Amino acid sequence: MQDGEILNLYEYMGKEIFRKNGIPVPDGYVIESASQLKPFKKPSVVKSQILLGGRGKSGGIKFAKSDADLKAAASELLGSKIRNLTVTKVLIEDMLNIKKELYVSIALSRADREPVLIASNSGGVEIESVPQNEIFTKKIDPLLGYSDFIGREASAFMKLDPEIGKQFRSLLVNLYKVFVNEDCELVEINPLVITAEGNLIAADAKVIMDSDSFFRHKDIVITDPEKTPLELEAQGKGYAFVELDGKIGVIANGAGLTMATLDALTLHNGKPRNFLDLGGTDNVDIVVEAFDLVLKANPKAILVNIFGGVTKCDTVANGIVAAKNKFSIKKPMVVRLSGVHEEEGRQILKDNGIESYPTMMEAIERVVKVSEVQ
Amino acid sequence: MSVYVDENTKVIVQGITGHQGSFHAGEMIKFGTKVVAGISPGKGGTKFQDKVPIVNSVADAMSFSPDATMISVAAPFVKDAAFEAIDAGIGIVYILTEHVPFHDTMEIVHQAKRKGITVMGPNGPGITVPGKCKIGIMPNQIFRDGDVAVASRSGTLTYEIVEAITRSGMGESAVIGLGGDPVVGLTFIDVLKKFNDDPKTKKIVLVGEIGGNNEELAAAYIKANIKKQVVAYITGRSAPPGKRMGHAGAIIEKGVGTAESKIKAFNEAGVKVADYPVDVPKLLR
Repeated sequence: MQDGEILNLYEYMGKEIFRKNGIPVPDGYVIESASQLKPFKKPSVVKSQILLGGRGKSGGIKFAKSDADLKAAASELLGSKIRNLTVTKVLIEDMLNIKKELYVSIALSRADREPVLIASNSGGVEIESVPQNEIFTKKIDPLLGYSDFIGREASAFMKLDPEIGKQFRSLLVNLYKVFVNEDCELVEINPLVITAEGNLIAADAKVIMDSDSFFRHKDIVITDPEKTPLELEAQGKGYAFVELDGKIGVIANGAGLTMATLDALTLHNGKPRNFLDLGGTDNVDIVVEAFDLVLKANPKAILVNIFGGVTKCDTVANGIVAAKNKFSIKKPMVVRLSGVHEEEGRQILKDNGIESYPTMMEAIERVVKVSEVQ
Repeated sequence: MSVYVDENTKVIVQGITGHQGSFHAGEMIKFGTKVVAGISPGKGGTKFQDKVPIVNSVADAMSFSPDATMISVAAPFVKDAAFEAIDAGIGIVYILTEHVPFHDTMEIVHQAKRKGITVMGPNGPGITVPGKCKIGIMPNQIFRDGDVAVASRSGTLTYEIVEAITRSGMGESAVIGLGGDPVVGLTFIDVLKKFNDDPKTKKIVLVGEIGGNNEELAAAYIKANIKKQVVAYITGRSAPPGKRMGHAGAIIEKGVGTAESKIKAFNEAGVKVADYPVDVPKLLR
């Protein structure tokens, strides 16, 4: 796990965490190739491990009632593409004898700055589509933590019968433990199944961890499948970098200013190729490395927008010149330097034939113009 | 008292011997901030820049009667440092550090609330009252004493807008960085109350960004409670959904937190929203 990574865990990883924490999940195992299949014992579900909602509707979940079914389902799903994501793992699980489906989650409420428990008698569908009056919500004080009265209130609201209510309350204790111990933004079980045998079992597991908690969870290894190879490379080098579909490469400092730069380009009908936040740095090599990334995205022109503070304008200017020489950059470059050491920075650029401007708007207008003729 | 801090505010720095902590403590002293002590466990008894005493713990620093602390320690140690400051009863705790796990921040914020302490940040650039006090990393030279109060979720973008205000001939009564994380100590509503009560502040600028609904809540509050002029700027209108744009808090999730929603909320509250950072002073009448 690395800093800044979105940690959306695969279902099988979430279930492994659930199992370790005493939350009942179906018996099952994960395979990467059909040769790893175990002999058929019970009717099974074969589930593609991809990080997308609505897997079932997209054909990513199959059922098996025999050895032949198992082999067919696993072979068909492994290596297939579901909405552009390749299935590399499938989870084989005992099929549940479903009597009823419930919903439960614990999530961060940003506005309240505390966890909120959400539960409903209507599970198996997206919680957003459930009427408000069928949803139980309860904020939890993070310093007090979960307490059984919350589970009693939820069980009463959901009209659970006493035996299921008891199982539900024990599950909530463990779910809250997972939420805290694994530094989660969200733990969601949808559906939470009541089986015909009267057991409560987590049929799915959605676990999203806080990317900033990596130092406490070094054991978890996962790569965000929605990130492009270039985004992954940038992440490995410690840059906040997002690929976009325009043609103007962007390097700026500070997340807010970088976003504002993309917004200003867009309002000028100049489409940005990327988001790259240089951060607070006073190191020439970090600037050169940033150019390496942006050049790999093959933009038509490059805009550098720096408001100098911790990041000094002359350092950035030296970095730009070094990058120009190292990568023999022929593409048009437009630089805005303002703030600490801006005069020195602009002189360095001028001496090396690179145009620079003191204001963001001049630089935006100029780069849009030069990118159009490319 | 101006907004949160003034010329009498005594400040300590937790992490004063670190790379960031020492540089910015030096800049704060140049600005005129009363830095009365620094904390660096194991280095107690020495001095910072031959002037400011360094002590081993916040408890040891209490003899200097600090009103505020700036925390500049690595993310894994922020929770302990903040609890230490809250336990000592220091009224204002500003956390500069980026990448603090939000579970830690939730606990810090709730503990501070119990003790009546104001937490600002994490992942913010600080608070500045021109001519009086600066806590944090904002560049010293962009400010001018004036009547515009600024609150922002960004760092560099704040400097851009503050400089534009200063260049236009106006000045600032206070500039506060709330922080770029999903969970931070202050909301826009908290600072709007302060700005409204501050006699020096005549105009207010809010710099928001995608993610969460802090701006929407602020817009409703402004409509009901604020008579002073408010102008806003929202960044991230070109950001794709589901992508974290540098700040941990800057992400559109399940359609929540879009720039459109925030701009609409401000417009409905009679708050003009600038298209570009440089347009902010033009909208301040």
